[in-house]
Amino acid sequence: MIRFVLTRVSLVVPTFLGITLLAFILIRLVPGDPIETLAGERGLDPARHEALRAEYGFDRPILFQYGIYIGHVLQGDLGRSLITHEPVLSEFRSLFPATVELALCAIAFALPIGLAAGMLAAVRRNSIFDHGVMAISLTGYSMPIFWWGLLLILLFSVQLDLTPVSGRISVMYFVEPVTGFLLIDTLLSDQDGAFLSAVSHLILPTIVLGTVPLAVTARMTRSAMLEVLGEDYIRTARAKGLPRWRVIAVHALRNALIPVVTVIGLQISVLFTGAILTETIFSWPGVGKWLVEAINRRDYPVLQAGTLLIGATVMAVNLLVDLLYGLINPRIRYAK
Amino acid sequence: MKLSTLKLSIFAAVSSATMLLAAQCASAKTLVYCSEGSPENFYPAINTTGTSFDANTQIYSRLVEFQRGSTNIEPGLAESWEISEDGTIYTFHLRRGVKWQSNKNFKTTRDFNVDDVLFAIDRQWNESNPYFKVTSSNHTYFNDMGMPKLLKSVERLDDYTLKITLNRPEAPFLSDLAMEYAGIQSKEYADALLKTGTPEKLDQEPIGTGPFYLVQYQKDAIIRYRAFPDYYRGKAKIDDLVFAITPDASVRWAKLQKGECHIMPYPNPADLDAMRSDPNVEVLEQPGLNIGYLAYNTQKKPLDDVRVRKAFNMAINKKAIIDTVYLSTGIGAVNPMPPSIWSYNDAIKDDPYDPDAAKKLLAEAGYPNGLQTDLWAMPVQRPYNPNARRIAELMQADLAKIGVTVEIKSFEWGEYRKRLQAGEHQTAQLGWTGDNGDPDNFLNNLLGCAAAAPGGGNIAKWCDKDFDALVMQAKVTNDKAQRTELYKQAQVVFKEQAPWFTIAHAMQLKPVRKEVVDFKLSPFSRHTFYGVDLK
Repeated sequence: MIRFVLTRVSLVVPTFLGITLLAFILIRLVPGDPIETLAGERGLDPARHEALRAEYGFDRPILFQYGIYIGHVLQGDLGRSLITHEPVLSEFRSLFPATVELALCAIAFALPIGLAAGMLAAVRRNSIFDHGVMAISLTGYSMPIFWWGLLLILLFSVQLDLTPVSGRISVMYFVEPVTGFLLIDTLLSDQDGAFLSAVSHLILPTIVLGTVPLAVTARMTRSAMLEVLGEDYIRTARAKGLPRWRVIAVHALRNALIPVVTVIGLQISVLFTGAILTETIFSWPGVGKWLVEAINRRDYPVLQAGTLLIGATVMAVNLLVDLLYGLINPRIRYAK
Repeated sequence: MKLSTLKLSIFAAVSSATMLLAAQCASAKTLVYCSEGSPENFYPAINTTGTSFDANTQIYSRLVEFQRGSTNIEPGLAESWEISEDGTIYTFHLRRGVKWQSNKNFKTTRDFNVDDVLFAIDRQWNESNPYFKVTSSNHTYFNDMGMPKLLKSVERLDDYTLKITLNRPEAPFLSDLAMEYAGIQSKEYADALLKTGTPEKLDQEPIGTGPFYLVQYQKDAIIRYRAFPDYYRGKAKIDDLVFAITPDASVRWAKLQKGECHIMPYPNPADLDAMRSDPNVEVLEQPGLNIGYLAYNTQKKPLDDVRVRKAFNMAINKKAIIDTVYLSTGIGAVNPMPPSIWSYNDAIKDDPYDPDAAKKLLAEAGYPNGLQTDLWAMPVQRPYNPNARRIAELMQADLAKIGVTVEIKSFEWGEYRKRLQAGEHQTAQLGWTGDNGDPDNFLNNLLGCAAAAPGGGNIAKWCDKDFDALVMQAKVTNDKAQRTELYKQAQVVFKEQAPWFTIAHAMQLKPVRKEVVDFKLSPFSRHTFYGVDLK
């Protein structure tokens, strides 16, 4: 097991370096100059343009810039945004908890429903329930997020007045960030109603962000379960006289989980990288929107550091998924 | 059972929050503005976006101010001033008893005085000032308004008297000083932060002498301000001001409908009809201080010939562009500056849409069989131009009718401007949003001879001696009546020589809830909330 973990961890270092190099080079291959982008319609006279390029170090060869960058990264300095001039790390720290909070809620919403729906659909194959689940999940999977989000806002917020439109909490609550996770921070603050306000603000973004993972989980669970349910050992288990639901929930589901966990791992990684559309619609202050803005404004330091930090998070999630395989299927633990 | 309990709790939470908000609004008036994005930071001298200026203008004051809802100048931190006869010496008499705000880490001990103004200018001008490079050394507007070359000296005569000497007379100087970059920061606070080794906090935890002080900022989420009780013009009518950062226009509209905010900027044109018919909302409208145009490169054939330029102007159907691209959010432009700027010449008639006459004129210029040209279209939406590509296609179709074959070109936005400034185009769309409400900011910046050099803002590369002489004379004349006459003449020359096809001035549209009292549109599209009240 330790060897398994060490092998996985040792792969992290080259992947990590690869990410930094790729992020560094790719953003520089995109046409456009951050200094020009700062200038807007006003333009810059060539002398001042050059002076600013030199000040930011953009006039040096790319590999030289990369070397300096890696040197700073190793010292824990991820640079400052060209637009806000704030340290990138502090911006990430203030935005990432919002992304994680929403992602966790979306997962908590999507996983149980997706697993249950997929499992039931497989067990009742070709029933109305099965067809219904598949049709709904296909719709959910193909739903344009922007349209879906606006539709929910118009229905639940504007027409029915059941949920707030956007944001993380009502403006009447003044909660100072302690952990950055508003559900926790509102509990730490002693303001009546703040926690429920934060919960109510989470409902619609959670549904919107959770829709695709829910649909994927349901479809994946169904197909994996169908395959497993046809196996000999399931027939044997049934023949032994085990109760039907025990066979399904213990013998079949556990074996069906491997591909499901893989897909869920990928979905979680996607959610943690920020959900640009959901964040934009619901004015959710997360890292997805932050990164897209950085691309538009050619904010190199934000993009480099953001990619690196999110890359690290995705790698950590993947590592966790790899380790989970071992728990689900002991044979994987000993594979070399 | 459990589900319905949860539903009830959430409904109760939302309802109680709304009721509490209403109750809170009744006791402490809270105005919520659904802003479109986060500010760059809280140091306006390095900001370049309206979003940042909006966030900063609530906190800081300037020596002189634009009157609310106008481009006229009124006293600010300077209660009066004198200008020497030759127009090069400005003596400002500063207001006494102006209080500085404080924050949790700094309590101010003295009132505003001349040292603060000296610091604000020195920070942007003098590279050896310890704050010159703090946050950023890129003092965009100070440089763009030509201050480093214009200023000769800035001196303290006493605690409340300031003398600024210029190298040459500059009529728009006062307007320049009313701009956001000239916001005054506290020297006492700056010195204290320098001692503690945290100078960057000056721009992160700002204090000013403005109507509101900053209480909380969470990037991409919220900015909270509270009315500064000691503001020198008296406390604001509202108690709390909240910027609820909401990047999507449709969501801003949903929040406004629901009463989650009182004012929103930049509505989606598709929502305008619904906004106008909502009984709780009023849509304020005003032509913006901007212009969108198609510039002809007058240094390249065939557009170096005024007849070709005039033919193009007559061939393009402006009304069709306004109707189909700007929808109801633009008015056709005649002159190179918007009608809201003083000295706008309304006697000038626009070139008529007349493809036959255009064709004849083109033949007269030596192109009876038409010609070929490029037409550049911005890759991005701008405040003065909602869809440059679509406009280019309409122009292409119109010009085809007089035998002109147009190739539409586009580049990445930074690259686009760089190439335009280098003069690589034949015709290109661009535009401008005014900085200080002075005609010089449009006519000289965009059409003067100096701006026609590589890197300058005159992308028509048009250098007309008569036009330039008029504009330069107006720049150094302090008599407004005389300046008005000069600018009116300059606009006549512009229309005769046709270096641009003037497309449109985009309207400024602001949906506001009806409980908001006395919110005034700023010609600069700023959003200021001093003087605004809630019913």
